[in-house]
Amino acid sequence: MKALVAVKRVVDANVKVRVKPDNSGVDLTNVKMSINPFCEIAVEEAVRLKEKGTVTEIVVVSVGTKDAQEQLRSAMALGADRGILVETADEVGALEVAKILKGVVDAEKPELILLGKQAIDDDSNQVGQMLGALLGAGQGTFASEVKVDGGKVQVTREIDGGLQTVELGLPAIITTDLRLNEPRYAALPNIMKARKKPLDTKSPADFGVTTGTKLKTIKVEAPAERKAGVQVKSVDELVEKLKNEAKVI
Amino acid sequence: MSILVIADHNNQTLNGATLNVVAAAQKIGGDITVLVAGSGAQAVADAAAKVAGVSKVLLADNAAYANQLAENVAGLVADIAKGGYKYVLAASTTTGKNLLPRVAALLDVSMITDIISVESANTFKRPIYAGNAIATVQSDEAIIVGTVRGTAFDAVAAEGGSAAVEAVAEANDAGISKFVSEEIVKLDRPELTAARIVVSGGRGVGSGENYHKVLDPLADKLGAAQGASRAAVDAGFVPNDFQVGQTGKIVAPDLYMAIGISGAIQHLAGMKDSKVIVAINKDEEAPINSVADYWLVGDLNTVVPELVSKL
Repeated sequence: MKALVAVKRVVDANVKVRVKPDNSGVDLTNVKMSINPFCEIAVEEAVRLKEKGTVTEIVVVSVGTKDAQEQLRSAMALGADRGILVETADEVGALEVAKILKGVVDAEKPELILLGKQAIDDDSNQVGQMLGALLGAGQGTFASEVKVDGGKVQVTREIDGGLQTVELGLPAIITTDLRLNEPRYAALPNIMKARKKPLDTKSPADFGVTTGTKLKTIKVEAPAERKAGVQVKSVDELVEKLKNEAKVI
Repeated sequence: MSILVIADHNNQTLNGATLNVVAAAQKIGGDITVLVAGSGAQAVADAAAKVAGVSKVLLADNAAYANQLAENVAGLVADIAKGGYKYVLAASTTTGKNLLPRVAALLDVSMITDIISVESANTFKRPIYAGNAIATVQSDEAIIVGTVRGTAFDAVAAEGGSAAVEAVAEANDAGISKFVSEEIVKLDRPELTAARIVVSGGRGVGSGENYHKVLDPLADKLGAAQGASRAAVDAGFVPNDFQVGQTGKIVAPDLYMAIGISGAIQHLAGMKDSKVIVAINKDEEAPINSVADYWLVGDLNTVVPELVSKL
């Protein structure tokens, strides 16, 4: 069974981003970039399925600038077999990414398609679901457990009240939640080997997709600052403040 | 302009989050229709009909919609939306987030996640980068599809409306997914996202046993809901649906008590709009202190019981 994993290059999760003074976006110059943490979990899950013998080949795909090659190489160092970069310097919305991924799926014909549940930059949580609609495939979103059994896959999903398990036919789309697995670290020999793995470059036009989005970002601002708080020295002082100053209890 | 609001429910009761979505819809302005897609969900439709500001309720009652499988419900919503709606809105719950992008793709439109403010009929604000930036976005799509962050809008009244309930006959079973089972955590406390007071524990509480030993009496005393940081959830202290944060639940109670929580960016994204934040932590340098209104440095195992005794 072939697995396709989509990965996104995003600002590293530990970086505190700053909004540009002209409010056009956040400042990403000289900021550390990484694989989106949810995408890393998706790669790890595919690798584990390969180690179990369920998956035979893992293809990683990324849509973005040339620099996204780095993240594809990282995914290959974790165990993916080859990479596809759909290169574009333009802004691409979630719908357009889903359309490009549909093109990749049509060409590659994977049976499992794994994505992160959301990217930590735009926080959209949309691409997997949109791809499901475009392909007419089932979706197991926010997955914390995946079991592939014959022609079906059972996905345990994290929902607001607890957990829900659904069964999907193949091809199926799975978007990963944090608790699905603990991604491994890439060992140096694997990083070296990953450099030699095949990496194809495509363009959105190869899949007949026009980049851009009908969702224009007009302005990006810093959130309102909270006013500085005070340290209280004792429980009595805390109770007094909550009762008389904040009046919340 | 007509607005279609997708009801969030469990076939028996209407989730309060829907009332916040109706509030956002009122800010946009227009006729508000609520769609209840479920199985044996007449009571939910009746409840939706009483919600202030709702002019019509559509009830699609069919076994295919029993468990809110996105594959089945999305087709239904897209068909109804094509019948003349300008907006399709749902709550930013896991159900809404699972469903709406699928609807948007079927309609071939972009979608807006987590609307926190309505600026005009086609312009909205939403948080990005774990709430470290707020983007103003304008949608040029023919149908505007979006999820609404409940904590950003005051709920409309659950009573006072008198909308008519109309049945929808369409039964859309895509046949590509099947519900297997569900494991719902039973709670005797208020629901996390709707609670006025939230008591949250982090890695600092040490263990699941200690979480309950220390935090339960405080939550009981305050009538509070209980939450947790991702670290506490990952360590297995409490189930994942306790998680407050960028990828968990977003809360904005009157009082948020962060106990043994350091305050990672991902956690702050889920609670920094709370009215009053209290941090109890043994680390004087913990990032949580930078957003707290009051912080107390001390051992939570002695401070919290003392607090309980003095409340």
